[in-house]
Amino acid sequence: MSADTNARPAASATPPAGIEAATPSPRTSGPLTTSIRAPRERRRRSTPRLLVTALVLTLVAIGATFLLDPYRNYQFALIAATFCATAGLTLLIGLTGQLSLGHAALMAAGGYGYALTANALTDAGVDGVPRFVVSLAAAAAASALLGLLLGLAAARLKGPYLSGVTLVLVIALPAFTSVFSGVFRGDQGVQIAYDGVPEVLRRIIAVEQWQAWVAILVAAVFVTWLAALRNGRAGLRMRAVRDDETAARLQGVRAGRVKVLAFTASSVTAGAGGAVLCFVTQSVSPGAYTLAFSLLLLVAVVIGGLGSLLGAFLGSIVIVMLPWLIQTATGALDLSADAAQRLTGNLPVLVFGVLLIVVTAAWPGGIRATLPKRLFSKRMPRAAAAPAAGPDAAVAADSDLEPRTDSAAEPIPTTTER
Amino acid sequence: MSHAPTRSAPRRTVAAVSAASALLLAMSACSTPSGGGDPAEAAPGVTDDTVTIGTHQPLTGPAAAGYSSISAATTAYFAYLNENGGVNGREIEYLVKDDGYNPANTQTVVRELVQDDEVFAILNGLGTPTHTAVLDYLNQNEVPDLFVASGSTSWNQPEEYPWTFGFNADYVTEAEALAQYADDEFAGQSVCMLGQDDDFGDEFLEGLENVLGEGSLASVQRYSVSNQDVVAQIGAMQAAGCEVNMLATVNGFTALAIGTAAKLGYQAQWMSSSSGGDYVTLAGFLGEAAPLLLEGFVTTNYLPYAPGNEWDDLFRQINDDYNDGAPFDGNTVFGMSVGYLFAEALAKAGDNPTRQGIVDAIASGDLVGNGLVPLAFGSDSHSAYKGVSITTVTAGVQDFIGVTYVSDGDGGVEPYDGDAVPLENDGVPTS
Repeated sequence: MSADTNARPAASATPPAGIEAATPSPRTSGPLTTSIRAPRERRRRSTPRLLVTALVLTLVAIGATFLLDPYRNYQFALIAATFCATAGLTLLIGLTGQLSLGHAALMAAGGYGYALTANALTDAGVDGVPRFVVSLAAAAAASALLGLLLGLAAARLKGPYLSGVTLVLVIALPAFTSVFSGVFRGDQGVQIAYDGVPEVLRRIIAVEQWQAWVAILVAAVFVTWLAALRNGRAGLRMRAVRDDETAARLQGVRAGRVKVLAFTASSVTAGAGGAVLCFVTQSVSPGAYTLAFSLLLLVAVVIGGLGSLLGAFLGSIVIVMLPWLIQTATGALDLSADAAQRLTGNLPVLVFGVLLIVVTAAWPGGIRATLPKRLFSKRMPRAAAAPAAGPDAAVAADSDLEPRTDSAAEPIPTTTER
Repeated sequence: MSHAPTRSAPRRTVAAVSAASALLLAMSACSTPSGGGDPAEAAPGVTDDTVTIGTHQPLTGPAAAGYSSISAATTAYFAYLNENGGVNGREIEYLVKDDGYNPANTQTVVRELVQDDEVFAILNGLGTPTHTAVLDYLNQNEVPDLFVASGSTSWNQPEEYPWTFGFNADYVTEAEALAQYADDEFAGQSVCMLGQDDDFGDEFLEGLENVLGEGSLASVQRYSVSNQDVVAQIGAMQAAGCEVNMLATVNGFTALAIGTAAKLGYQAQWMSSSSGGDYVTLAGFLGEAAPLLLEGFVTTNYLPYAPGNEWDDLFRQINDDYNDGAPFDGNTVFGMSVGYLFAEALAKAGDNPTRQGIVDAIASGDLVGNGLVPLAFGSDSHSAYKGVSITTVTAGVQDFIGVTYVSDGDGGVEPYDGDAVPLENDGVPTS
């Protein structure tokens, strides 16, 4: 697997530019044929294993909610919702090299889809689980539609132009909601009815824990779906298109279609994240999906490790917990009200900036790459574990040649590649 | 680093599981256990010598410039109160969290206050769109949600939201009073409205139409807080020939509207909700031109903000002593009045206040407050003030003109000539 050794320097050659690392790496089209053959056999075995691992990790996550107090469970739910979006984003960037700065808008599409459907169903007298499931489906459909439209444009654009289009979407969101305020209720947003803890569980768990469970389950379902997509033929095609579009076309891969599919899939998970946020907070408003938040999603992906689901999860923890930690820390200091006020608004932004620089400079593979090797090296190298590492490294089946430190396991739905 | 070729599934699963467990344990390590403290505690946030309450305020963001001084004033009043023995021997700790006037942030900071800081009650959460986002949450969790800093009628739904009480005169009443005043003083002139794109604007419009008749406004314009440009709206009002312009705007947008009109060379009579009608705050936005631009500006108030008033004197003194002599304006009076009303409610709730106890005390209708019109709290009303007094600006001084209206409960207002609430015991409530 010489391609692996070829690809490694490519990864380390672009360390400080975390974002650039996502764009197609230099051509390594030679061994493409081998990699196309490889996953056939993998797939057969990996799907059941993927499901088992996803199930186990989901149960662990649900078990963990028992250790947390209500506010921590609320944060956990936020992390799970954010994870939906970052998982989609990390695979979009990692697998196809399409950089989206607009994932917050896609989350908002899911959130509004969820809220409007839930309200319509409430008026129609539907509630409980059917209302949730139908609304969630509507959220996924709304974000899929928006993602599809965006993806159609995205497939024709590259680099900064693509980022620009997705950026516009986020910037336009507040204006859009206020122009159509009859439906979207402007800045105030849409409020939905409250979903309580089901009767059976009411004695055991608090509402925040219940919400965390729902968030975890939704994240599990959608991220597992993403992982399956990545491991399957679709993921392989995406990598092929990312690495050399011309070579991929020669192989019979329809590059445009693959890109649109990737964008749509990524949008669906973002929409699911938005729906979960709406479920947890019982409202959706443009103020929740600002440009800053959209960029923060990207920060999460880069800090965690581009292309890795575990990295997306770690990144989600960072962006949800860090502002809170900073605020708690500044609150503990004995500052004047004025100084504290100025710090709480600006310090998280500063810390995120510094963190981003430090992480990309020190560990281009993200936090994920710094985790103890022993724990993860037992596992197979990951497909798309490091997007910059080239396609063949990613799908390489030969573990003996893999001195990679960044192969990883995801905490929530994951895959085992063989 | 090569590995043994045999990697069984269980081992990998174990590795994955332990990775996840490690992460989650790390997360739970930074959690603080809920409950805690003395099990004999009367209620969350209440100890033998303190009562901890919290609020969400726009300390940053589009509404900050008009309102960030409110919580500082409330804090100053509590400092004064604590120095004078507190309430039933307990000092009041007031936790102020910034939500940037963004409903999404409000949800987070209020959950933090309730679940992490375990406050006894939320006091004076500011903003219609922001507080709407936590209305359900606070009522589901049975947290007293007292004296919301907004005139939305949403807070006055005792059946649906038994834990929520408003503070401002509601926007419907306020709009009815202004419409009545316009009808009396500017009869025959074309009336228009610029309103915020949420319940604030909706309810204000409802009040105006209650008095002036449905569809009687020549133009109704709306703005969104996230877009700081109202040229289109003001231009449309000018084109529609509006002579009396009603504003359901926050302070920043009142100033923006009047300033934009001046730039367009458009003169009209401006009348604003008390939420966006504080002269000192507006003058801060408009600068040197303020006295000229705001001459004749009409707004309402229901609190004793007038030079020479005994409450006003006391609050000025507290502002000097406990608030570093910050600029004294309508927001200062508002913030301190909120503090006073909470202290009164807490005193009425007895020696061992509970969450239910303080809500019962307010709903009993026994609170007096410090308003120009009587408090309307009762078992079937969670609205604080159902009346307002008209103020105008003359040569840079905003003062009452002796016209006060109260709601007649039937889509209109009637004149009111009762007395304002007198100052008692130096503004330190006793039970």
